Amino acid sequence: MSEEERVTPPAPGESAAPQQLNPPPAEGDSLVEREMARKTRRSFLVGGIATLVGAGTWEWLDSRRPDGGVQWPLRIGLRVNEQFWRDYFSQSRLARTFGPGEVESPRQNGNIGLDEDPDPHWKLTVDGIPDAEEPLSLSMADIQALPKVELITELKCIEGWSRILKWGGVRFQDFVAKYVPGQIDPNSYVGLETPDRDYYVGLDMAAALHPQTLLCYEMNGQPLPSEHGAPLRLVIPLRYGIKNLKRIGRIVFSNARPPDYWAERGYDYYAGF
Amino acid sequence: MWIYWANDVYRVGIGSFTLFHFFPDAFYNAFHLGHRLAEGMAWHFAFAWLFAINGAAYVVYTIVSGEWRYLVPNRNSLREAIQVTLYDLHLSKTHPPRRKFNGAQQLAYTGIVLMGFGSLVTGLAIWKSVQFGWLTWLLGGYTAARIEHFLLVLGYVGFFVVHIAQVIRAGWNNFRSMVTGYEIVSDEAGQ
Repeated sequence: MSEEERVTPPAPGESAAPQQLNPPPAEGDSLVEREMARKTRRSFLVGGIATLVGAGTWEWLDSRRPDGGVQWPLRIGLRVNEQFWRDYFSQSRLARTFGPGEVESPRQNGNIGLDEDPDPHWKLTVDGIPDAEEPLSLSMADIQALPKVELITELKCIEGWSRILKWGGVRFQDFVAKYVPGQIDPNSYVGLETPDRDYYVGLDMAAALHPQTLLCYEMNGQPLPSEHGAPLRLVIPLRYGIKNLKRIGRIVFSNARPPDYWAERGYDYYAGF
Repeated sequence: MWIYWANDVYRVGIGSFTLFHFFPDAFYNAFHLGHRLAEGMAWHFAFAWLFAINGAAYVVYTIVSGEWRYLVPNRNSLREAIQVTLYDLHLSKTHPPRRKFNGAQQLAYTGIVLMGFGSLVTGLAIWKSVQFGWLTWLLGGYTAARIEHFLLVLGYVGFFVVHIAQVIRAGWNNFRSMVTGYEIVSDEAGQ
């Protein structure tokens, strides 16, 4: 069998009209057929095994024990992504801000932790302050004593909708500077809870201290309505809506990761842009 | 699809008139896709890395091996692609030239790589819209990036349907050549 008669490989991959062969002489036909049959068996065997390995991997992943509402290998994937993006994070990168003409009407999506009307005697409890013995209790006047900041940003829901809204409140970093004396570990966390503790979120300190992270008492120029978290809510444009906790009852500074409502139900703990 | 279930804002229509809604409830019910957003996102952001690495490996191999010469369209590809389409739809009897990849294939196989790159870029603009705010801005904003990402998904579905239909149409010898990398070509047909 001469070189030309051999079945020659075209490039790997799909090919509708691969390389052409010179016509094999009559006795060459059966050789070519046999060679092709051998290659076909081998290739389909390899292809079949590859398919089975893929399907098996899927089955295996899908049937793993859940860790925080999602298969544990996928939870590891979320954690690895989180570490990667926390390293990449920079305080100087800001969420886009918009003009007053671009403000939209709000959309209410969640009411966990908002079952009751806001308490007229509401106080904010601040716990876990380094070197403090007692939790701090603050009134709305204490919050409003801080410089007021207005910001027009896009609230992005993890379910896919987003709204451009105007917020009024105080910077979380100003709040910390005034009421949380002492050294804050940059690798520690902040937890926030509703007064009834039905809803709770955790944030890494870098995100909490970002200049666009606000404690808000106004929305679109009006006092915050009850269903949007009166009297005080978190607005953090660097995170999905699930982290923008409404009606804060307690703020906790902690070296351990505070519990997070949706991260216990399969979502990414980080949930950051 | 687990992800798109949660907020199905995509539709084809003008104003309040909707011609087709992506996707009808029946679609989600038929495939048990509802209420699985969290799980869907966990899969998505684990396999996005595999998608990126696999795509990069393919492109690097295609360049290094010189195979790109068969795949990248040239100035005749568009004309030839139209010819192939007309022939395949039985609107023309002119058989397109027989080569490893014809013009239609060159456009499709290069286009799908560019689409993959587009999915990575639009995906990154959505996923990290603050850290890569400039990219989100370049793509027309957060909402625009989401729509672009979704249109690419529709593009893959279209590619898949045409691709499978063409493989079935081309028959066993062609399918065998796709899997083995070899094809038996007789003298008469081969010239």
